[in-house]
Amino acid sequence: MTKLAQWLWGLALLGSAWAALALEPPGLHLPAPFRQALLPLPLYLLVAFGCYSLATVGYRLATFNDCEEAAAELQEHIRVARAELRQRGLRF
Amino acid sequence: MAAGGAGKVSVLLPTYNERENLPLVVWLLVRTFRESGNNFEIIIIDDGSPDGTQEIAEQLEKIYGSDKIVMREIMSLLFSSGTAYIHGMKHATGNFIVIMDADLSHHVSIYFIKQKEGNFDIVSGTRYKGNGGVYGWDLKRKLISRGANFITQVLLRPGASDLTGSFRLYRKEVLQKLMEKCVSKGYVFQMEMIVRARQLGYTIGEVPITFVDRVYGESKLGGNEIVSFLKGLLTLFATT
Repeated sequence: MTKLAQWLWGLALLGSAWAALALEPPGLHLPAPFRQALLPLPLYLLVAFGCYSLATVGYRLATFNDCEEAAAELQEHIRVARAELRQRGLRF
Repeated sequence: MAAGGAGKVSVLLPTYNERENLPLVVWLLVRTFRESGNNFEIIIIDDGSPDGTQEIAEQLEKIYGSDKIVMREIMSLLFSSGTAYIHGMKHATGNFIVIMDADLSHHVSIYFIKQKEGNFDIVSGTRYKGNGGVYGWDLKRKLISRGANFITQVLLRPGASDLTGSFRLYRKEVLQKLMEKCVSKGYVFQMEMIVRARQLGYTIGEVPITFVDRVYGESKLGGNEIVSFLKGLLTLFATT
């Protein structure tokens, strides 16, 4: 199953469960607070996911390593490499 | 010094106008392999570079020996890493293949070789974990990178933290199998390789790498790439 198919499946499953409970079918009497919370639930989840996304990306952005040492080491390697290769006859 | 072990490593270096970087990359690779004691060869696949890359490659072949440095030329209409890898693999005599860019973005480090001793089918470099990272990136570039990676993780759940870093070691059979199955181009191809590898049950190990901003030459990253990245991502989402 492709990822897209998995998502569609999952959304269909959750969507139908939500619709079944929230849209007041006859014969099902949930207490009022339940129904009030259930109706906007998808929207709440979307907003929650949005906040999670922002927080996660923000955190990862803040902890993205800057490799000063590696850069310095690389410059040093380049220097040594050029000298050694020149010595071995490489015409740059 | 570590024993060579039973493996020989073939490094595939696709090049296009890498005259400045190529000698340095080769020097770094030779040094790394000599330290680790691995048997190796470096296969340079040049796509008809007009800047004299091939001439430099031939000089390197003379310096290090043609059992160690091999130069192959391809002329493709559109420079695609995929074509270069297929071509390079035909000539590879190692049982492990390393694929990396020749632009010195990736600091060649010794422990990707050690990591293969975890008996992984694939070892992939990651900028996002451990002491991996970047140098010379401004905030905008970091944000785009992290943002794109986040979307990729949510949509594809690939089991690897960094999909686009093109610094990887594969078992030869694994790479051959994956090349048959992957159809994308450019770095979406790199992403597809990891996603398919996971589906096929291959084990993937990760090693932190440092991504130093290009020392010489121009980076091939442009505004179009973000659009093509999203297109590629959605294609993978729908087809894998």
